[in-house]
Order: sequence, then structure tokens, then C-alpha cells
Amino acid sequence: MDQVRIIEVKQSVFADNDKRAAELRRELKERGIFLLNLMSAPGSGKTTTLKRTVELLKDEIKIGVMEADIDSDVDARAMAAAGVKSIQLHTGGMCHLDADMTRQGLDELIDGDVELAILENVGNLVCPAEFDTGAVKNAAILSVPEGDDKPLKYPLMFQVCDVVLVNKIDVAPYFDFDLEKCKEYVRMRNPAARVIPICAKTGEGVDQWADWLREQVREWRS
Amino acid sequence: MHELGIVFHIIKSVEAVAADNELEKVSAVVLELGEVSGVVPDYLTDCWRWAAAKSELVSGSELKIETLPAVTHCDHCGRDYPTVAHGKTCPHCGCGDTWLLTGNEVNIKEIEAY
Repeated sequence: MDQVRIIEVKQSVFADNDKRAAELRRELKERGIFLLNLMSAPGSGKTTTLKRTVELLKDEIKIGVMEADIDSDVDARAMAAAGVKSIQLHTGGMCHLDADMTRQGLDELIDGDVELAILENVGNLVCPAEFDTGAVKNAAILSVPEGDDKPLKYPLMFQVCDVVLVNKIDVAPYFDFDLEKCKEYVRMRNPAARVIPICAKTGEGVDQWADWLREQVREWRS
Repeated sequence: MHELGIVFHIIKSVEAVAADNELEKVSAVVLELGEVSGVVPDYLTDCWRWAAAKSELVSGSELKIETLPAVTHCDHCGRDYPTVAHGKTCPHCGCGDTWLLTGNEVNIKEIEAY
């Protein structure tokens, strides 16, 4: 009769992905490619913010965009129309990208001349935060209609972010949105995160965000 | 549905452990799940049944889940308290200067195999 063997593993389920993400980051450093992982809830303005960002930076930095969605290619078309190289990744029903999926996307996106690769993750404040994509920096967008309490409700997302863009700031007077409270909630989760209020539609504050990103890319590639 | 993605990662890890230990058939995987890991055990076992059936190594195996309690430490008064009942605010002193000691784990504890 076969005997049952017990193999002690004691390993986090995320350990393997974390390792692959670290490998990807190392390779990106060698190749001089900055990867930004942009996360947010659906409808917070990721694509509109990206279009603005690309307008400001595309003449000085070679940009490529990966659009991750469960289905459709509307975002990739929008980015292509904005004049940047873009590809659409389909996650096949999954709510996030992991390091291997990101690598596959990068292999397709990069043909040697991309300096800044931007991953627009699946719209979701929970799952994308759990899986390290291999990105150099993580950014989250929180839009005013979502409410200033989101950093309390989705703590991990705000813990893993280097920068939080508070989008649709132009409509703040019409919502019960307190920017100072929001900043305080982000600080409670992540004292190092930078908070930048923007309005992707009018362009307000986007310069500041572009300055931050430009500086990060320069540092990474130097 | 991040449970499905998590299941894929569990299977990948189990396959790696099986290769290292020359296991041919896994009968059970024991998972430690923190109370505030954000992973729903019922969804996880449903996803497991579906995904495990596609892998020769783990098909038909059981996913056993052991829950780890969530405990938060208060920096202000130095005491620990159960996270699920009290959240971020310390029930002893009312302070919010607290951090999670344990409870967000998603660990593969052990594998049972032939």
C-alpha cells in the first residue's frame, strides 16, 4: 500500500510571483526600461489620464502602453489614436495581471525603443494590489465621486502605491469629498505615498504628475 | 475573482515542490489563510475543484484550509487585540496608531502526496 507523504512547504502563495517580478525588474533596469503599473477602480479615468500624460511626455520619452482588460480593445485603440504604441492584453476573466502576464505583454510591446512602458491594469482596487507585476513604480488613481474614504476600505492598494492621483478634482465641490481627509487616510496606510490632485479632462495638475514621472524615469535610466 | 488567480499560483507552486521531491500524485494541499487575507475560502475551494481537474498532478486532490486569526498591535498602548472585531482602532485606548501582526497570510503549509 502506498504511504502518504507529508511535504512541509511553508511558503506564501505570492512568493513565486514576487520572485518573478523581481527578476523582471532587474532585467528592466539592465535594459533601461521604466515600467509603471497604473491601477484604479473602473471609471476613475485611467485612460483619460494616460492620454494627457502621453501628450505631455511623448516628444521627450519613447512610450509604450499595455492595456489590460477582461475583454475589448477600446482602450488600446484610444491610446493608438493618442499617438503611442499600444497593445491590448486580455486576462481571460482574471481580475489582475501577474509578473508572467506582464512579461508576455512587454515582449510584444518592446522592440528595443521603449523607455517608458505603462501598464494600465484591470479596473479593480483589490486584486491588482496583491500581485507584483514587476513594475518599477505603482500609481493609483482615486476619483472624487468614489469618496475620500477609499484608502480605508482598500488599504492594500494604497500601501503598495508610490503615488496617488486624485482625479476629477474639478467636481469636488459637488461631492462630499474632503481632499485633506483623503490625504490623511492615504498617509495612515502609506506615509511615503505622494498625493497629486488632478483633472485629466481639463489638464489641471497633470503637469505635476508628468514632472514626477519624468523624474522617476530619468533616475531609473541613469 | 482573485481566488482563481490565487489557485493558479498554488498549483504552480505545488508543481514546483512536486518536481523537487519527485511526487507523482498529490492527495491534498494544506493552506493557511489569514482571517483578513481578503480571500474567500468557499470561492477558493470552488476554483480549486475546477482548476485542479486540469492538472494531472493535483486532479481530485483536496484543498484543506486552516484559518489563522488576525491580530493587530497598538503602538500607543502596546497591547494586541483581535482585528476582525475592532478594525484599525484599538479597543483598549481608542488609538488608530495600529498595525497588523498576523492575519493576511496566504501560505501553502504542506502537501500530502503518494
